[in-house]
Amino acid sequence: MLSYSLKRLAIAVPTLLILIVVSFVLMHAAPGGPFTSERELPPEVLANLNAKYGLDQPLWRQIVTYVWGILTEFDFGPSFVYKDRTVNEIIAQGFPVTLTYGILSFLVAVAVGVTLGVVAAIRQNSLLDYLAVGVSIGAQVLPNFVMAPILVLVFTLWLGWLPGGGWQGGQWQYVILPVIALSTSFMASIARITRSSMLETLNLNHIRTARAKGLPERRVILHHALKPAMLPVISYLGPAFVGMITGSVVVDVYFSTGGIGKAFVDSALNRDYAVMMGVTILMGALTILFNLVVDILYGWIDPKIRY
Amino acid sequence: MVHDTQRMQSLAERMAEDEVAGRSLWADARRRFFSNKAAVIGLALLAFVAAFALFGGQFAQWSNEELDYNVMGVVAQEGGPSLANGHYFGVDELGRDLFARTVQGTQVSLLVGLVGALVAVVVGTIYGATAGYVGGRVDAAMMRAVDVLMAIPYMFVLILILVMYGRSMIALFVGLGLISWLEMSRIVRGQTLSLKNREFIEAARATGVSGVTIIRRHIVPNLLGVIAVYATLLVPLMILTESFISFLGLGVQEPLTSLGALISQGASTMAYGTIWQLAFPLLFFCLTLFGFFFVGDGLRDALDPKDR
Amino acid sequence: MLKHSLAASALALAAASPVLADNPVPEDVTLAEDQSYTFWLLDAIKSMDPQINTDVEGSDVLRNLFEGLYNEDAEGNIVPGVAVDHTVSDDQKTYTFTLREDAQWSNGDPVTAEDFVFAWRRLADPATASEYAWYMELMQVENAPEIIAGEMPPEELGVTAVDERTLEVRITTPLPYFLQMLVHASTFPTHAATIEEHGDQWTRPENMVGNGAYVLDEHILGERVEMSKSDTYWDAENVVMETLTALTINDVNQGLTRYLAGELDRVDIPAGQFPRLKEEYPEQATSSPYSCSYIYMMNVGEKGPEALKDVNVRKALSYAIDRDIVVERILQGGQEPSYNWTHWATAGFEAPEIDYATWTQEERLERAKELMAEAGYGPDNPLDLTLQYNTSEDHKKIAIAASQMLKAIGVNITLDNYEWKVHTDRMQNQDFDLARYAWCGDYNEASTYLDLFTSYSGHNNGEFFNEEYDAVMRESKTAEDPLPLYQEAESILAAEMPIIPIYHYANVDMLNPQIGGIPTENVMQTWYGKDLYRAAE
Repeated sequence: MLSYSLKRLAIAVPTLLILIVVSFVLMHAAPGGPFTSERELPPEVLANLNAKYGLDQPLWRQIVTYVWGILTEFDFGPSFVYKDRTVNEIIAQGFPVTLTYGILSFLVAVAVGVTLGVVAAIRQNSLLDYLAVGVSIGAQVLPNFVMAPILVLVFTLWLGWLPGGGWQGGQWQYVILPVIALSTSFMASIARITRSSMLETLNLNHIRTARAKGLPERRVILHHALKPAMLPVISYLGPAFVGMITGSVVVDVYFSTGGIGKAFVDSALNRDYAVMMGVTILMGALTILFNLVVDILYGWIDPKIRY
Repeated sequence: MVHDTQRMQSLAERMAEDEVAGRSLWADARRRFFSNKAAVIGLALLAFVAAFALFGGQFAQWSNEELDYNVMGVVAQEGGPSLANGHYFGVDELGRDLFARTVQGTQVSLLVGLVGALVAVVVGTIYGATAGYVGGRVDAAMMRAVDVLMAIPYMFVLILILVMYGRSMIALFVGLGLISWLEMSRIVRGQTLSLKNREFIEAARATGVSGVTIIRRHIVPNLLGVIAVYATLLVPLMILTESFISFLGLGVQEPLTSLGALISQGASTMAYGTIWQLAFPLLFFCLTLFGFFFVGDGLRDALDPKDR
Repeated sequence: MLKHSLAASALALAAASPVLADNPVPEDVTLAEDQSYTFWLLDAIKSMDPQINTDVEGSDVLRNLFEGLYNEDAEGNIVPGVAVDHTVSDDQKTYTFTLREDAQWSNGDPVTAEDFVFAWRRLADPATASEYAWYMELMQVENAPEIIAGEMPPEELGVTAVDERTLEVRITTPLPYFLQMLVHASTFPTHAATIEEHGDQWTRPENMVGNGAYVLDEHILGERVEMSKSDTYWDAENVVMETLTALTINDVNQGLTRYLAGELDRVDIPAGQFPRLKEEYPEQATSSPYSCSYIYMMNVGEKGPEALKDVNVRKALSYAIDRDIVVERILQGGQEPSYNWTHWATAGFEAPEIDYATWTQEERLERAKELMAEAGYGPDNPLDLTLQYNTSEDHKKIAIAASQMLKAIGVNITLDNYEWKVHTDRMQNQDFDLARYAWCGDYNEASTYLDLFTSYSGHNNGEFFNEEYDAVMRESKTAEDPLPLYQEAESILAAEMPIIPIYHYANVDMLNPQIGGIPTENVMQTWYGKDLYRAAE
């Protein structure tokens, strides 16, 4: 187990290196640079800027310098576009925002999704089941960029209950809509997976035995069925996590939360090389870490898995 | 949407159980598939959507790029669905026929989904089968590479590719295909490993059949079920991804459109009394996705019945 | 050197009685308790450094945090800022500004002539690498071109602090609109000690020292900017609005929804929504001319397509565009169809008579077809061109409509949508046929537009090089009355047609009727928080 985790962590290093090199090369090969502006800069000024940000160096040296800066000082460099900020600061400002609504969305999706799924499975073919299945199928295919404006129309404009955007340091009113917009489709997926895997589990022998022994249904479900039924849900958490990172872009655009998703898209459009690299590396590292957590969780639930 | 990796594994294991699983398996599967109501509905939906994409254009009164100056500028009042002026689905913000545009958008979305899935399946199968069959260090290296690639936040890379290299269909296909073959290659490789020491493969090898031929003739056919299911479930994922790309404004170039682009357009203006601009594309989007999901789930259940 | 006062009448009046009429609130208005104003930004503010900023939205914020020599009033007239008065030498080449005694930085330091000298040198200095360094060149400040090119030290710039309160500026050619140019954010003073201490970080709320009516409280990138009234501002007692908040909302439709929900006091109206909103909210939906001009630039240079080298083809393309449809059916916000380059409401400007502006669209279309036929194109020999535009809903709509209109004269247009950076890069490399372009005036005078198409301009991406045009524009710099020359320049543009004018902008806004003091008569749409107030409901 431990050696497996270490092995997975060891992969992280080459992964991040490849990610850095690929993004670096992709970025620099693209037309336009951070200093492309409506009026072409005089060559002297451009040369000055390039020297200031190290863009006059050969590509390989830029990469080495960049990686070295990260390794030795955890310094991702200055933003090329937002000149009074460093990448570390931009991430420090946006990441907690994304993390807050991301984690909340994740918890909501799992908690509500699993509950819905279990209830639907227990009451298979009841009205509740059909309702849960129907809603979750619909919610799965409704893109969050449709969901978000609907939420704002209903809760902000018509009902006037919640603000239509902003973050204000994460006050609860500002967090609710982003969390709903981000969590719904994952919640629906989790509900469906839970339902089908619960149904399978309930048909397994040891559950039948437990029931036959006269254990209360509640105990059967919670103590015997739930754990094995969670395996497919857990293997879905990895893709869900990646999906949420993607969804954060939509949330940031529609709710002006100032999170990291929008920062990434902006940096790509502005050719803010440093911010783009910083966010990509952060997201890569998070993905690796998260997958590791999922693996460990998986092993904990299903001791049959050998590493 | 869901990728239930567990059930995919279970299906793959079953498919690898017998040599070229035999006719009966497929016949049984077909029977089970057609007795599954959801799967049949899904198939009907897909047939309908495909027919709409292929032949819908025959019924359109307008082309997908013509501006109808009669309704342009007064779309909210006069641009709604109407039989009288030939705009069955109404018009978009510029007065272009939404029916023709939905037909055309469905074509692009289906194309993106199918080609993306095809790339994934072809690359994933070849890669996985090769790794599994060759084995040893090559296998280890190839799979390590997959591990590495899987940890890359692919959507970011996709955005990078599209922002940097313009927005051609090719870039979109390549970008989508690039990110989706990884899981496929893992499953294929696993099954190839368990297949390759089986008697019929060893027999083939003993008679001097080449590695490539063995993979092609003996290993891949045993994986057809997994591939079919995986591909069917991959198509809607590709369509969803494309819709997100369109939302970012990085999708196909005008006057071409996709369902994602139409939906994103319709969603942004839904407060302005032109709800049909969202409703019709969204309807076809949902029908398409449901269709693929139902058929994919149905196929999987049919090939890997849990009551065995 | 003989000096004599040449101040504009409004200026003289204001300077003579500086206390009079400075409170922005009319007498019959009851003020609301809460004096706050919330406005909308489409994007995150890239820089709050006056010498680095290039964006219109950035300037809106900067005008509240800093103050230049002169400001604009609600009609766009020049009124005193840090300068109370100035004199001009006989040869019109030396301006001497008298700065007010009570101007202060937010840390209590006095605002001196040295601060302007520092800021202007800093703008031109290649070490600052400002994209707007050329503005010093545009102002014709002595030695600016050489300094920008790195051939002279910044200290050689033609700007001197004679004493603490006297700033002398030497320019190389007389510029009738020199004072207007001083309203631009690039010319705002900056606090040398702060910049030296904090470097690039000096614009952060905790470090920033400004001299405007407001101080920066918070700047959360991509979310909001908060400013509050500055106690050290020289006219603080007449500043009514206590706080200014700017919210970044990346989606214009979302912005409107949030305005309607009461979260903002002012927001742009998305294209096509003005008529409906005007009907529903007649007191809130406003449209007023805004000094920006929208065109399709044609690539007539070396790398451009052969067809566009033919003036007949260029004319035909221009004639075929139905501008009325663009403004009345697509934008619908009070924009004006345009047949010339300079915005119609620019101060002192009057468009010359341009023949095709008076024709009906049928006449234009007919003429366009004839011209295409003359050029050898027709149904059997269609012309294929690309039309490039940067990502935006509105640009997309107009481009789609234009491509359909051009189809009518046998031109097949392929639409090419690129991100802003790629779009700009391709334009600068002459890698386009037709490209969408727009220019917003830096100051309220026609030369801000017309200079763009001189062969020595940094923006002439279509490579329209015309000696006659250059000569006319050179001459206009020293002319007593430049208008006839500007008209001649416009006539050359109409005759050579290197650009297809499409429309002149309007600022189309939803504005909370409680908010007073927003200028609507100023074509530059310059506004100052210090002039605003919120009336009680």
